[in-house]
Amino acid sequence: MRYVVIGNSAAGIGAIEGIRQADPDGRITVISSEPYHTYSRPLISYFLMGKTDGERMRYRPEGFYESNGCETMLGVKAVSVDPGRKTVTLEGGASVEYDKLFVGAGSVPFVPPIEGLETVTNRFTFMTYDDALALKAAITPASRVLIVGAGLIGLKCAEGVAGSVAGITVVDLAPGALSSILDAEGSAIVREHLESRGIEFRLSDSVAKVSGGVATLVSGAEIEFDILVLAVGVRPDTALIRDAGGKCGRGILVDSFMRSSLPDIYAAGDCTESLDVSSGTVKVMALLPNAYRQGEVAGINMAGGSAELTDAIPMNAIGFFGLRVATAGTYEGEAYTDRKNGYKKLFYKDDTLKGFIIIGGIEKCGIYTSLVRERVPLSRINFPLIRENPGLIAFSRSYRDAKLGGAAI
Amino acid sequence: MKRVYVNEQWCLACHLCEYYCAFANQDETDMSTALKGVPIRPNIRVEQLGDVCFAVNCRHCDEPLCVKGCLTGALSVRDGVISIDRDKCVGCCTCVVSCPYGAVTPTEDGVVQKCELCVNTRDGEPLCVKGCPNAAIVWESVVR
Ligand SMILES: Cc1cc2nc3c(=O)[nH]c(=O)nc-3n(C[C@H](O)[C@H](O)[C@H](O)COP(=O)(O)OP(=O)(O)OC[C@H]3O[C@@H](n4cnc5c(N)ncnc54)[C@H](O)[C@@H]3O)c2cc1C
Repeated sequence: MRYVVIGNSAAGIGAIEGIRQADPDGRITVISSEPYHTYSRPLISYFLMGKTDGERMRYRPEGFYESNGCETMLGVKAVSVDPGRKTVTLEGGASVEYDKLFVGAGSVPFVPPIEGLETVTNRFTFMTYDDALALKAAITPASRVLIVGAGLIGLKCAEGVAGSVAGITVVDLAPGALSSILDAEGSAIVREHLESRGIEFRLSDSVAKVSGGVATLVSGAEIEFDILVLAVGVRPDTALIRDAGGKCGRGILVDSFMRSSLPDIYAAGDCTESLDVSSGTVKVMALLPNAYRQGEVAGINMAGGSAELTDAIPMNAIGFFGLRVATAGTYEGEAYTDRKNGYKKLFYKDDTLKGFIIIGGIEKCGIYTSLVRERVPLSRINFPLIRENPGLIAFSRSYRDAKLGGAAI
Repeated sequence: MKRVYVNEQWCLACHLCEYYCAFANQDETDMSTALKGVPIRPNIRVEQLGDVCFAVNCRHCDEPLCVKGCLTGALSVRDGVISIDRDKCVGCCTCVVSCPYGAVTPTEDGVVQKCELCVNTRDGEPLCVKGCPNAAIVWESVVR
């Protein structure tokens, strides 16, 4: 069996580890446009802060490819897939044959239409190790950094460079920080915390044009900058599958076995869209835990095993200068709010916990995540107790006997 | 593989497991010197409400969501034990949000902490089990 894995990040590594669970021998070729050993993408901001380095950023140990019997083609871009002849064509024209193909191509940064953007030389996106290296080389203690986008990536970038530059301004069209995953109150807590560290925000505003180191906002305000970081969002990189005739929405469509609509082609991670069981809707959940788990399921199925992913939900853990933020699921239904230990909001509807936002006291919040993920009927647990403090004490004795005591269910 | 199991009916809520755990993870060889006056941060914790009490630590799950979701690769399964590479962990807490048992804990040191079944300690075997006076925590390889 000949497996070809496109993408060398969380989804691709999940696929390799999945394949090897079911097939120790088949030939695996990993193709990736980035020329590096697999690394943890979210660590690029920690790299800028000096909290990790190229060595420790490795997502898997040094000998990973050898111990998993993988051939690598790193720094090589796949340009097209022919599902009929079962080949992948590489940049430069060479092609690789496959029996089973995996696509974990991730996402590409969305570049907003801003007048004069092409004239800015110190212009960056913040997605890859190369981006981080380039940004690191460009900043000086005198740099004024303008970040467009107050989402996860923009704010992580702000935290990453905060100790090394003179000033940071973040502009976003949305009215709050992390507005796609926080409510107004949560957004305000995060924004104030970042402001206390000297980061400035221009919210409900956007950059209309840039010229000669000055950005003019739609509101008319002008901001001088030396470094521009574009972090307005990402979109799934669907090109390989779309061009080959595979079905795509915003992302590559996959089923719960991670099969694309094309025969013997699987896909996972940020390039796909799939079912969020907390909302019951199909969406792009561009988060690392999902990428890995989807990749692993794909790999097992590619190698003739059987696996299915039926409990994916959006889930985030983020920290900014020591402030911890945890979110999961969707924010539907009634809300329970608690401000005793930071900020906590639980959303519940139809006898299930739909999602939560917690800022500050995140200890044990994974118990809430499990309620969302497993859609545990709240009537079967002590909800008034657990909503105050996550704990297994709110569950039935038989649940605990099974989970802690090892009793048969 | 041997696992730590909790027999809820035998738990006395004495919290000794928490102290033994904290001791196991220290260099000091005398328990009272090691723990006197220091706040403990055990990897096993007793939950209690009224008459109900039991200890919770990492279940070393067969399908470990903490390991699969780990952003950095710091968490991995080594011989059935979910282990943490403190050099790699940056304390992002994705594992804290993933664990259905609340068994991975954020710390102020910038890395998370969890039970590693004492594999790297002096004893090499779970000290919470040894220290439990009522066999409410056991280390067994039986499939129950
Ligand atoms: C700054 C930052 C912070 C983040 N923080 C978090 C966080 O805290 N929590 C979280 O859950 N997620 C976070 N994420 C998101 C997380 O990194 C992604 O969800 C995850 O990396 C997705 O993995 P993937 O394998 O699907 O795709 P990617 O990591 O994007 O990898 C795609 C791979 O495919 C390769 N590739 C693409 N096209 C081709 C081609 N045509 N030919 C060959 N190779 C190709 C690329 O080189 C790359 O190796 C963060 C992302 C960034 C940028």
